[in-house]
Amino acid sequence: MPLVKNGRITTDLFVHVAEGAELPGDGAVLISAARFLEDPEAILKRAGKTGVIWPNSRAVDDLVPYLDRLAAVALVFPTFRDGRAYSQARLLRERHGYDGELRATGQVLRDQFVFMSRAGFDAFEVKKDADAEAFAETVKRYSVFYQPTGDGRVTALNRRMQLRHSESAGQ
Amino acid sequence: MYAYDELDRTLINERVSEFRDQVKRRLSGELTEDEFKMLRLQNGVYLQLHAYMFRVAIPYGTLSSKQLRRLAHVARRYDRGYGHFTTRQNIQFNWIKLAELPDALAELAEVGIHAMQTSGNNMRNVTSDQWAGVAPGEVEDPRIWSEILRQHTTLHPEFSFLPRKFKIAITASEHDRAAIKIHDIGLRLHKNADGETGFEVLVGGGLGRTPFIAKTIKPFVHGRDILSYVEAILRVYNQYGRRDNIYKARIKILVHELGIEKFAREVDEEWRQMGHSALTLDHSVIEEVRSRFSYPAYEKLPHMPDELKQAAHDPLFERWRKNSVAPHKVQGYSIVTLSLKPVGGPPGDATADQMDAIADLADKYSFGEIRVGHEQNLALPHVAKRDLPQLWKALDRLGLATPNVNLVTDIIACPGLDYCSLANARSIPIAQELTRRFANHDTADMIGRLHINISGCINACGHHHVGHIGILGVEKNGEEFYQITIGGRADENAQMGVLIGPAVPYAEVADVIEDIVEAYLALRDRPEELFVDTVKRLGVEPFKERVYATR
Ligand code: HEM
Ligand code: SF4
Repeated sequence: MPLVKNGRITTDLFVHVAEGAELPGDGAVLISAARFLEDPEAILKRAGKTGVIWPNSRAVDDLVPYLDRLAAVALVFPTFRDGRAYSQARLLRERHGYDGELRATGQVLRDQFVFMSRAGFDAFEVKKDADAEAFAETVKRYSVFYQPTGDGRVTALNRRMQLRHSESAGQ
Repeated sequence: MYAYDELDRTLINERVSEFRDQVKRRLSGELTEDEFKMLRLQNGVYLQLHAYMFRVAIPYGTLSSKQLRRLAHVARRYDRGYGHFTTRQNIQFNWIKLAELPDALAELAEVGIHAMQTSGNNMRNVTSDQWAGVAPGEVEDPRIWSEILRQHTTLHPEFSFLPRKFKIAITASEHDRAAIKIHDIGLRLHKNADGETGFEVLVGGGLGRTPFIAKTIKPFVHGRDILSYVEAILRVYNQYGRRDNIYKARIKILVHELGIEKFAREVDEEWRQMGHSALTLDHSVIEEVRSRFSYPAYEKLPHMPDELKQAAHDPLFERWRKNSVAPHKVQGYSIVTLSLKPVGGPPGDATADQMDAIADLADKYSFGEIRVGHEQNLALPHVAKRDLPQLWKALDRLGLATPNVNLVTDIIACPGLDYCSLANARSIPIAQELTRRFANHDTADMIGRLHINISGCINACGHHHVGHIGILGVEKNGEEFYQITIGGRADENAQMGVLIGPAVPYAEVADVIEDIVEAYLALRDRPEELFVDTVKRLGVEPFKERVYATR
């Protein structure tokens, strides 16, 4: 599954550690929430970055105390119809100030890239190669946005206000 | 009218080109039907019994004549020459070819019309009072808020994949023409004791398999906070709404399972944590949206022009005027309802030629504006009273002057088995038969306001639960049967109808309805007592007796 990060297809530096398998002594790992919560402090002490796969059925509140020490949070789209992770992403970014990698996993298709990136995702485990290749072009599909989100893009309402101001200033 | 600017137009065009690409990928097999389904639904495209069905949004029911002409063109060029106005201020086309859809959308986009989110598990077309901005006594024009919400809910990055569809309706009048109590969120614009404008927020209404009347979650939310409050509701719903069972996924079930108090606490907590957010609407932003609604340059006209006095001698004109013409907030003007319910016709259908002609009449008599109501009728919102006689003649020639608005033949019906793949039974032929039975205008007049609503299955697209008389198609051993409810209503006193007894076969429905109406005529305590009020006073028993005694 190709990983798109910062707009480009890149190699995944995180090793997905299967449930029950031993954690390597160093290197970046991506582990399940259940495993992480068993002993977060010990895991965070490891040499190497920690990423957590957080289920979409659990409030992100339980993850909040560790956010500044996590290198990645992976949120899950079990099907493309299940949009709970969009809310989780915005809460992590906008309410809890998380600024590490926020990764979309599961059924990730090009048609969701705009929504995902606006909600705060910056890394995408894309299901289809062709979609990953089309990332740069599809994420730019829209130039007008109606809602303010943490991505900081100026909304249509605000752009209109700015236009008004510059018009009246020019008169 | 709201004028789309460059930004709105750009967004719609971007949506069209995205959909063009999605259709191309579907046709090439790059997208599976399962993947494509969600994408086409987000653009109003269903796969129905015979063909693709295409649902186009008419936000808050307001259309310009230019837009209506374009809808006529789409009906002619891409469909079979007609369209079907629905209970959700949408228009549906039943015979569209998938490969041609992007072109149809592009042609609509040129006049500021789109099909975004008319379907799918997202925030649907925001609906409002079809008399918004012209009804006497309204708090303010609710379309300003509808438009703010329309924008906010369009392609929302957090709420485009909700557990289920989500519908918001707004009214600003005492008399609710937007049926807000049967919506996921209902908003009632009113003024608080300090004279500030804000919303009573209701939540959790809806029909379908498990009908509920919405409950008030907050009596007053200031206008500037309405986006953040709605966002808080949606966020709670997105996270906790059931996804394990589509029949239990609507917000009404969440509200019911948690109880309104607990749900309200969750929402308040979320809202509190959102704090003073970017969603708070600046006064100047609200004014900016308001400024893009234009209103006609009304003339100073007499309350009772000579033309009207003269025409009053014609009983046919008078019958129509009494039935279809409503008071306007500006003296000398009126709101005219165009009945899309001719005797023997499918409710809500309009031909392309009719649409074009209505657009011409709107230009001539209504400042180029048309409205679409949830009763599946159209309206011309600013007709000078002196023009009423001329307008009536023109409408009559077009078959749009049936004087039956709000009467027994002003039936709301879903497409039923004639078009819909989910149907258990026919709806349209029942409606047609009933319009024939009650075709006599004097009888209909004597019966008075009586709403019949028909749905072809439990999904309740025809709002049968809230019909004064509701007819629901069910299937029994491969045959069409119909359950009859009475006493429902969708206005400010909304309530669900009560079942009167066992379902009846197709062939008996019209007789049963006639029996119910006859029973009412015998039971009402005076001619002014409406059917629903008689039912309220007496309950269903006397009606039940009348219907089943001989069956
Ligand atoms: C022919 C294609 C149609 C299909 C496949 C369809 C499907 C559905 C389904 C599945 C529901 C139930 C959703 C739920 O309860 O969660 C529903 C509800 C509804 N539909 Fe349709 N529908 C169609 C046409 C229409 C038409 C033509 C109208 C208007 C005349 C309409 C208006 C409604 C309304 C108002 C509801 C709301 C019931 C509620 O409040 O829950 N639909 N539709
Ligand atoms: S009520 Fe049922 S039959 Fe009628 S349109 Fe809706 S889904 Fe189809």
